[in-house]
Amino acid sequence: MRMEHWLYKLPLRFRSLFSYKSVEQDLNDELQYHLERKIEENIAQGLTPEESRYAALRAMDSLAQRQEECRETRGVNGIENTIRDIRYSLRTLRKSPGFTTVAVLTLALGIGANAVVFGILNALVLRPVNIPRAESFYGVQQTSGWPYQSYPDYLDLRDRNRSFAGLAGYNITAAGLDTGNNPSRAWLYEVSGNYFDVLGIQPYLGRFIHASDEHGPNSAPYVVLTYAYWHAHFGDDRGAVGRVVKLNKHPFTIVGVAPKEFRGTLLFFSPDFFVPLVNEEQLEGVSYLNDRGKRQVFQVMGHLKAGITPAQALIDLNSIGSWLEKTYPKDVGQRAFTLGRTGLPGDIFAKPVREFVTALMLLAGLILLAACANLGSLFAARASDRGREVALRLALGASRNRILRALFTEAALISLIGGAVGLWGSVLLLRGLSVWQPMPRFPIHVPVTPDGNVYAIALALALVSGILFGLVPVRQVLRVDPYQIVKAGSTAKVGQRVSVRDVLLVVQIAICAVLVTSSMVAVRGLARSLNGNFGFEPRNAMLVETNLSMAGYAGDGVLAIQKRMRDAVAGVPGVKSAALVDNPPLVEGWNVAFVFTDQTTDLRPANSVATAVRYAVSPEYFDAASTTLLVGRAFSQHDDKNAPHVAVVNRLFASTIFGSSAKAIGAYYKMKDGARIQVVGIAEDGRYTTNIAEDPQPAMFLPMLQSPSIATWLVVRSDRDPRQLGEALRTTLRGVDSGLPVYVQTWIQGMDGALFGTRVATVSLGVLGIMGAMLSITGIFGMAAYSVSKRLKELGIRIAIGAQPKEVLQAALGRAVKLLLVGSTAGLILGVLASRVLAHIVYQATPRDPIVLTGVVLAMLFLGIVATWIPAQRALSLDPLALLREE
Amino acid sequence: MSRPSDLVQGTLDLLLLKILALEPLNGWAISQRLKQVSGDILQVSDGSLYPALHKLEQEGWISAEWKASENNRRAKFYSLTRLGRRQLQKETADWTRLSDAITQVVQLDEV
Repeated sequence: MRMEHWLYKLPLRFRSLFSYKSVEQDLNDELQYHLERKIEENIAQGLTPEESRYAALRAMDSLAQRQEECRETRGVNGIENTIRDIRYSLRTLRKSPGFTTVAVLTLALGIGANAVVFGILNALVLRPVNIPRAESFYGVQQTSGWPYQSYPDYLDLRDRNRSFAGLAGYNITAAGLDTGNNPSRAWLYEVSGNYFDVLGIQPYLGRFIHASDEHGPNSAPYVVLTYAYWHAHFGDDRGAVGRVVKLNKHPFTIVGVAPKEFRGTLLFFSPDFFVPLVNEEQLEGVSYLNDRGKRQVFQVMGHLKAGITPAQALIDLNSIGSWLEKTYPKDVGQRAFTLGRTGLPGDIFAKPVREFVTALMLLAGLILLAACANLGSLFAARASDRGREVALRLALGASRNRILRALFTEAALISLIGGAVGLWGSVLLLRGLSVWQPMPRFPIHVPVTPDGNVYAIALALALVSGILFGLVPVRQVLRVDPYQIVKAGSTAKVGQRVSVRDVLLVVQIAICAVLVTSSMVAVRGLARSLNGNFGFEPRNAMLVETNLSMAGYAGDGVLAIQKRMRDAVAGVPGVKSAALVDNPPLVEGWNVAFVFTDQTTDLRPANSVATAVRYAVSPEYFDAASTTLLVGRAFSQHDDKNAPHVAVVNRLFASTIFGSSAKAIGAYYKMKDGARIQVVGIAEDGRYTTNIAEDPQPAMFLPMLQSPSIATWLVVRSDRDPRQLGEALRTTLRGVDSGLPVYVQTWIQGMDGALFGTRVATVSLGVLGIMGAMLSITGIFGMAAYSVSKRLKELGIRIAIGAQPKEVLQAALGRAVKLLLVGSTAGLILGVLASRVLAHIVYQATPRDPIVLTGVVLAMLFLGIVATWIPAQRALSLDPLALLREE
Repeated sequence: MSRPSDLVQGTLDLLLLKILALEPLNGWAISQRLKQVSGDILQVSDGSLYPALHKLEQEGWISAEWKASENNRRAKFYSLTRLGRRQLQKETADWTRLSDAITQVVQLDEV
């Protein structure tokens, strides 16, 4: 539009908007003048003043509508009307607090659930790592989805690739940090020298570690603190830089502090500080820097060079992979790579998280759908209640447009309020999640602080769903015939008999029943899996983790201190048995080993028949862990360095490698170092690595005397109270070596990590189930309350002519109950079908469980009773006299 | 918005602009003038006159001011703006073209 145009228009618009009263006055005056002249003219033509007035008004053809048309020409009418509509809607909403509360809560539940889940999705899947140019940053993983590489392989990848601007690697470990007199366990990344330079970040204080610091093993005794650790343990003292601290009794110099927002490159795991990987031996007691078979570098990652696509980089990496295979056939099996995200390293970690969050998102979507169905039926009920009001307004000259706009405003207001309440709740929940430490021993947290994305999505969802379903009754309003309704009075039925409302309610109840079913399936699954068979008995067992390298043990000293510790612990009163193991199953870590047949001479990984989980245990282990030996014998003290190598294998190992347990006993297999091992016993299968839902795997147990390990845990079986026993164990071990860091926990506590997935799944599904239940209560309640209030008069008459309570209830609630039954049945069937999917996440989740089925039926019944209770009471306590007088 | 059924769509604007081009008038006077000049053929109902005037005012084609009317009462007088004059020329030209075309068609000889 041209400028000049606006010169005329703008002042008018402003005037209409800001001096509404005087503009209205002008309009009135103007029309009044016209009417007066018309009346005068009419009188002059001989009509009475009365008649003249009517004639003038008639000529105007509905004064109010003409005024409204004039207002509409102002163009700002929209804004004005909106303000009016909002005021009007607020007033009407205030007048029906029941409807408003239920509608707002319903929407808040739906929006809240979605905001929380989206917040998690956003933080864990969508948001890139917090470093510059994150879009070109990739992690190198094996095709199996595991992120690990060996250190020599890492060096070859780093130096031979032509696609990355630089490749950094790191490893996670714990060490005893002594800043003077307080040795404490701290978590750290062992990083390659180029780590910080590859990421492209700058230190907050001092300097970072650089590639130029690395001059071979143990050459770079430097520490870079994270901001959080510096803040908490050094009180923001800038003088901390330059100080010498002791890590596992070795002196290290603090050279710098990382910026506040940098908490390592993993989403969940924030270290306390960073130390060069070349100093691994000082930190872990062993060094794998030259071991190509030990995949110890947790993650290798870097920025792609400008102009290089991920596909080009992959070709480059895989050509290095085949070069490695050819050059080091003894150590290197298949080497093929893919690129992955770095926050959740490797598909093996990222995929379950992604799948789970996606599944949650779907369920949250269902919640929203149920909430919307609920809203739709609420609005429809309300609209038909207000049929008379709408009819009156139409009759008095309101345009249908205007009425629809009022409807729309109301829906928008409800969605905004509901959305705000839901978002507020979800922000609280997400904040709580962010500071939550699911496993107190580990610096693990779920960084899901909501950001702008979450707010925007929640607002959009609220508006779309609220308005979409708030407008369900539009058709109803458009078909209103004011004449019929005003004539027929308030009991007239507006809308058809089987209404949209009924359909919506059935849909909603069905969705809720699905949610209730799946949450029950999950909870039952968790309960069962806790009572399941792990191949060991975690109940009544304590674990003592020791760190011999922190205490400075090495070489033969290790075996001696291990024996002293075990004997001391076995002597503690109440201890039935005590044993040593390098890594207890389902706790922190595990080792795997290639298995070769006895006939194999070329022991390269490609020729192995299987990989098996490998444990080094003391003779008492099977007793202490309650692992049943099916055939053969356990170890004895005589299975030592000088005796022939022996092993106990699990049943799956026996059947995979030898065909059966019977063939396995007494048979031999080989390890990669060439050791020939005889199977002397077969143990039951168990669960070993990360997750209680893992697939069965072959496992071997080797005598610790023949396979020494510096990683040492004690398994202690006892019926004593864990807290008392824990104290006794600590005291006893202090007596053995006061400088030895020990950590005592029950085995169940140790399995926190392995149970984490199942627990999170169960809790989330449980919460969603409860939300579903709440939604079905509001839905049924709304329907039942509405149908009672709609039929008050009829019910009153029924009571007056002697209907029994049963009949009254049937008349009042029959329909609601019928809908509840249809919806629940449909939901139950769908839920059972959907639960098959759940079996993948929750171990031992099965919907074909009589307890689950009856549980769901009872739950829905209970929900129905709760929801219809108040309306039923209202129907029964009707006073027909009072009611009839009212009408 | 209701329009007089016997007026071709959009011609009311043209009529109003033309009338106001002659002299500033108030609403009542405009309605009288319309009847007068068109010999009662173009009946514009009192009801549709004002929304139409307000529309023209909002478009910036006419402007309004309160003045004493012919019988010495306060009335709202409309007058053409510069934009309105331009609009009038345009609409007049359009109308001439349209009516010429229609006349041509209507006057075709039937066979």
